[in-house]
Amino acid sequence: MAQDSYDVIIVGSGAGGGMATYQLANAGLKVALIEAGDFYDPAADEQRTQLRFPWESPRRGASTRRRPFGDFNACIGGWELDDEPFTTTEGTEFMWWRARMLGGRTNHWGRISLRFGPLDFKRQDSDGLGHNWPISYEDIKPYYDKVDKLIGVFGSNEGLYNDPDGFFLPAPKPRLHELYYIDGARKLGIPVIPARKSILTKRINNQRGVCFYCNQCDRACSVHADFSSSTSLIFPALNGGKVDLYTNSMVTEVTTDDTGKATGVLFINKKDRSLNNLLAKTVVLAASACSSARILLNSTSAQHPQGLGNSSGHVGRYLHDSTGASRAAFIPDLMDRDIYNEDGVGGMHVYTPWWLENANLDFPRGYHLEIGGGMRMPSYGFGFAVNQYNEFLGKKVGGYGKQLRDDIRRFFGARLSIACRGESIAQYDNYCELDPTMLDEWGMPVLRFNYNWTKNEIAQAKHMQETMEALLEASGGIPLGDRPGEDENFGLTKPGEIIHEVGTTRMGAESQTSVTNEFCQLHDASNVFIADAGPFVSQADKNPTWTILALAWRTSDYIVEQMNKRNI
Amino acid sequence: MNRRETLKALFLASASTGIIATTGCSTSVNPNYRGKRVTWTSLDSTYSYGRTAVEKAHDQDLLQQSYFSEHELVTIATLCDIILPNEDPNGGALDAGVPDFVEFIVKEREIFKIPLRGGVMWLDNHSIEHYGANFINIAESQRLEICDQIAYPEVENTQLQPGIRFFSLMRDLTMTGYYTSELGFNDLGYQGNNPNTWDGVPASVLKRHGKQYDDEWLSKCVDQSRREIIAEWDDEMNLIT
Repeated sequence: MAQDSYDVIIVGSGAGGGMATYQLANAGLKVALIEAGDFYDPAADEQRTQLRFPWESPRRGASTRRRPFGDFNACIGGWELDDEPFTTTEGTEFMWWRARMLGGRTNHWGRISLRFGPLDFKRQDSDGLGHNWPISYEDIKPYYDKVDKLIGVFGSNEGLYNDPDGFFLPAPKPRLHELYYIDGARKLGIPVIPARKSILTKRINNQRGVCFYCNQCDRACSVHADFSSSTSLIFPALNGGKVDLYTNSMVTEVTTDDTGKATGVLFINKKDRSLNNLLAKTVVLAASACSSARILLNSTSAQHPQGLGNSSGHVGRYLHDSTGASRAAFIPDLMDRDIYNEDGVGGMHVYTPWWLENANLDFPRGYHLEIGGGMRMPSYGFGFAVNQYNEFLGKKVGGYGKQLRDDIRRFFGARLSIACRGESIAQYDNYCELDPTMLDEWGMPVLRFNYNWTKNEIAQAKHMQETMEALLEASGGIPLGDRPGEDENFGLTKPGEIIHEVGTTRMGAESQTSVTNEFCQLHDASNVFIADAGPFVSQADKNPTWTILALAWRTSDYIVEQMNKRNI
Repeated sequence: MNRRETLKALFLASASTGIIATTGCSTSVNPNYRGKRVTWTSLDSTYSYGRTAVEKAHDQDLLQQSYFSEHELVTIATLCDIILPNEDPNGGALDAGVPDFVEFIVKEREIFKIPLRGGVMWLDNHSIEHYGANFINIAESQRLEICDQIAYPEVENTQLQPGIRFFSLMRDLTMTGYYTSELGFNDLGYQGNNPNTWDGVPASVLKRHGKQYDDEWLSKCVDQSRREIIAEWDDEMNLIT
């Protein structure tokens, strides 16, 4: 094994690693794909959680430390890993999600697939804050187009400048609570359009199936009708025959030669705890923004004393996550519903993109709104506070006996919720670094996080709360609980909580203030590339996956071109 | 459904005995004993739902432990039965094995252990003070008198607060245990979790709620008769198949 030499080693099998594997293997290169977790295929019955009923689990779908999004969630990993702790500086409340399985985080994400718009690459030009990307929307548009067609995404062409059109599959029809939201939003003059999600509402090829509307994309799809890196990119690449997959293999270092170029990687085989060396002409790190930064910082040598790619001191810097806030309401008009199957696709069918681009606001950047509700499958927690809405009807809360059966039916599906996801400003002082005082189980220094929101994100959360309350009321709802105030940062989520970490190896034209060039190639080592969200200069009020995929494809094309020119 | 209809024969002393009885297994109970039986459906102890090896071992470990004493479990079962009594055709909490679920979930969620154990103790103390025997050994009507005092969270009575909180927790766990069982699904009439083709809200429901789909929105939605035809687009991003 240690003697093998590859054209390319790819570290991490999530969205970016999967795309790089697919493209580079299809280009005829000999690829090693290294994943820290186990093999995973949702079509295998022993790994399947889709279409299971709550009573198939002794905890009925309740969350666990190992499955924080519920017992049936597909993602193996979580906020706390037994073998990989992390630390924070005093006052930091960073949360760090890790997936440890083939396909990485694409096994549990919401499949919300939003292109960044022209403004999102040049935000410094809009408000003077942060920095522009070295590329523009026009540079990446051809790749978004190709990603749409290869992977499939439903949505609608609306002609919105900063929420660009795409090659969309048709959208699913709104559910009943979404029709209430549409009417409420229109009453307030707030736009609402079909959601954009990488779920196949229509066939795109003969390999993957078509959505059968079970609402369980978070459990991973046994017919591969939603996008997971494993099912949509890695399995086809493995079938091509020039990819060796190494699972349960934790990369700790990129090895380099006297000239400072990479020669391969060191990894720990987690099954037998052995240290292994794998050689390659080119290394692509796609381990997630923070894990790739960690590997770079741990790859010190005479040529790279501060860690590989870190001559600028910028590896780990400018770490940023999306902002978030949420609120729910009771909709009296949705009491005593007719019960039918309204599972639909996983998550929302409609959403609101940012609509106040040129408004005079007391915070920069924007956010989008995600809509939830409906007659969802009962799971652990269903029936808690069963008749709390009686409070709004002048009836008694609590009790016991036959009436509780009537209550639970009366209020089933009578809820509407909104979650906001917004853009924060990347800060030099928000970072991850190696913590020299603590090792993980694999002998590698852990990451230490330093991250504080600024007044901008807090002011944005205040606006989110005002918007959500107005929309819930306009939709016929009675907002639940109290609107969080200044003492709670207006309900602003903790950094890391939205699981959109980006920016730790940001791209730029200047090697003093960035880690990679516009092709995600390290300034300091021409045969090392980053294919996760690390190179993002700014996050936008969009989810990052579609941009990770487009950038990874662009980077892969560049790698092939540079190899053909014998430059790497 | 993966359940065995086995009986857990646990006996309650009748109120008329006037003693503070403890419970015992059926095998050790005097056959002349005039007790009221509490029986419930046992839940399976084997599960297969896509677990990793570590998770399987964890589940197995929890399933093999037992936390509640027999007396506590019978008290919990008695409360489950009061909260969701048997009713045709979908049974009640005991038919759905809710006491077994409660026993499991406190091992999973340790935060519930003390409130439930302490809650049973509070309930017995309260019962002894007012009726001279612990909760399971007083008359049914006396048990309901106590429940009427503690079943309503909005009651502002400092002395009763611990009981009110305990009852609320028992109601939450009973409701969730029942409605995540097959009987509960039937009772609710839940229709989902099966392959289907979503094609919008039924017309009768739209009418009832005064809602409609506008044509512009519908033009962006999937035509389910064409879902199996492979997607193709023109250069202007228009879907043409």
